[in-house]
Amino acid sequence: MTENRKLIKIATAGSVDDGKSTLIGRLLYDTGSLTTDKLEAIERNSKQKGYDYLDFSLATDGLVAEREQGITIDVAHIYFNTDKTNFIVADTPGHVEYTRNMVTGASTSQVAIILIDARKGVIEQTYRHFFISNLLRLSHVVVAVNKMDLVDYDEEVYLKIRSDFEALVEKSDFSADQITFIPISALKGENVSQKSEMMSWYVGNTLLDHLEVLEPSDLQESSTARFPVQFVIRPKTEAYHDFRGFAGKVYGGNLKKGDLITVLPSFTESKIKSIHFFENEIEEAIAGSAVTITLENEVNVSRGDMIVRSSELPKSEKSIIATICQVNNKPLRVGDKYTLQHGVNSVLAKVDQIQAKIHTDFSGEEAVDQLRLNDIGKVTFKLSKPIHFDPYLQNKSTGSFILIDEGSFDTVSVGFID
Amino acid sequence: MRDDNFREMDLNKPKRNIKLAIMSNQYIPNPKEAESIHILREVAAQFEKPVLLFSGGKDSITLVRLAQKAFYPARIPFPLLHIDTGHNFPETIAFRDQLVEELGLELIVRNVQDSIDQGKVTEERGRYASRNTLQTTTLLDAIEEFKFDACIGGARRDEEKARAKERVFSVRDDFGQWDEKNQRPELFDMLNGRIHQGQNVRVFPISNWTELDVWEYIKNEQIKIPSIYFAHKREVFFRDGMVWTANQHVYRDHSEEVVERMVRFRTVGDMTCTAAVLSEADTLEAVVEEIRQSTISERGARIDDKRSEAAMEKRKKVGYF
Repeated sequence: MTENRKLIKIATAGSVDDGKSTLIGRLLYDTGSLTTDKLEAIERNSKQKGYDYLDFSLATDGLVAEREQGITIDVAHIYFNTDKTNFIVADTPGHVEYTRNMVTGASTSQVAIILIDARKGVIEQTYRHFFISNLLRLSHVVVAVNKMDLVDYDEEVYLKIRSDFEALVEKSDFSADQITFIPISALKGENVSQKSEMMSWYVGNTLLDHLEVLEPSDLQESSTARFPVQFVIRPKTEAYHDFRGFAGKVYGGNLKKGDLITVLPSFTESKIKSIHFFENEIEEAIAGSAVTITLENEVNVSRGDMIVRSSELPKSEKSIIATICQVNNKPLRVGDKYTLQHGVNSVLAKVDQIQAKIHTDFSGEEAVDQLRLNDIGKVTFKLSKPIHFDPYLQNKSTGSFILIDEGSFDTVSVGFID
Repeated sequence: MRDDNFREMDLNKPKRNIKLAIMSNQYIPNPKEAESIHILREVAAQFEKPVLLFSGGKDSITLVRLAQKAFYPARIPFPLLHIDTGHNFPETIAFRDQLVEELGLELIVRNVQDSIDQGKVTEERGRYASRNTLQTTTLLDAIEEFKFDACIGGARRDEEKARAKERVFSVRDDFGQWDEKNQRPELFDMLNGRIHQGQNVRVFPISNWTELDVWEYIKNEQIKIPSIYFAHKREVFFRDGMVWTANQHVYRDHSEEVVERMVRFRTVGDMTCTAAVLSEADTLEAVVEEIRQSTISERGARIDDKRSEAAMEKRKKVGYF
């Protein structure tokens, strides 16, 4: 629909006052995505506040409460496009206590932009943002050294920050080519979409150019095909009297007509008879397709089951180890029982052991008896039934889950399976 | 094939697919469409009584197409609900009835006029009078009447600042209220639709679409839309820099002169809160091109948002769709 523009999803992270909202506002402005009435609202608001410049942060700070506090407090989604690319930005706040929000924003993103205030350099918050980018295995990280205008566009300042950050990269699972450093001034528009004349010492791409040339190869694209069944389609009409289709999204790899498959958890084998997308029958469903599959034999398949190629069975375990991020006020304790939602399947889970809380500043771990909101920790679970999964490193979809509290029905944790 | 997403491999795609593409006419998924279909299937699977809120506008028409795709060859497993303000454009109502007929859908209509007659809401008066906010009461009553637990809507995050933080599954309490500080985080594409008795969920399958995405989709899919989206001659008058429909439902001063102009609508809400734009675009291609070039955002033509900067957020807190 978007004339073959590719879709790039970005999570932005920075501390309070790093100018994240200003940067996003600037990207919107520079790509012509701010409409006249929005621009007028920004001009009006900027004037009211007595600024002699346009406060682009007003373009994204959504809620009244936030405008009053002048900070963003939740994940906001912002959209813009260039001729070549559609972008979705998940704007997440940078407070210490909001690890939850960045994990949430990063879970649907391929790229992270981490903002650093050139005057402050690499601070504890930077560690945390990078830690989460690493935990979620994003494809690329852009380190935007912002407010270069306030340090006289000094290359030395930039190089110091860059080498401090590179020390951090050493401790992570990222390779050097997944990390890109760009010195910018979001306020003045230097190196955002316009190459900065003030920083002629910088030879790389502008931020926007860099984002456009990225080809985020999501981890799932290179792994094996997984087809969790969402819904069983039985039209019960004259024309489709015996039609029994299994609707779902293909993750990880491609599925083809004729593939020998196994249905989990029953381990029944069959063959893909046909693949449908609306009125068309297709030979092959590539990763990311939301299709409907029929099988050769009359196999009993229901929601929550998973169809995989028989030669590529996932792991099946009743006990799992996962890295957990606590996203709710209710702490996670040993012995707690939750509904574990794994994609579209649900089982009961009991917290067996909290092995450790992991420090998000790369400084190691400590023994704890509970995980609180925004804590990240290593936890073992016992399950009521086996789940069929891949390690998160191999497949983001079958390697992740959420925990749902049985009382409040809130989503309390997200887990990444070892 | 008629679907625009089916085409021979183009060379911009990753190389490893090229061999496969030569072997078969491969379907290249549109990521936003796939996401919406995934969401609609989750609604059908997780809720007992979902309903699709249908306004006759392009976004809800797009939802109908996505729902067709999600469940094909079965029929759409939930009804449509139209909250009729009584001030709709007749073209929209005619279109609605035709669509329902053609696709064999179940349609439920509830009228704001009934809520007024029952004394539950009071008609607004004066220059900016509109029934738009009155819809909330009629909607909440309908939810209670039919015990709907999920209401699927065509709202998009790019429409308005307060919408940017809306969840795909947005839990509302017994009073239909939205608590923006207490929303469930949505991780990856896992949707948690668990709710208590009395709560219901508003579902927004095209959250991540932009106005241009919707228009390009309508064009590529050749989806029929009401005629008022295309340039036509209409009796209008000008107020506050906007073009208003001249009609008995819309308040007008004697000083506000009625003229005939070529106009089209960018959104199709209630007549009293939907301004037209001057336009000559009378084909989908021309409309899409105009949207692409456009510099006035879509909600800029919605008079209800002009009331105050925080208008939308305030309405949402009290249960507005």
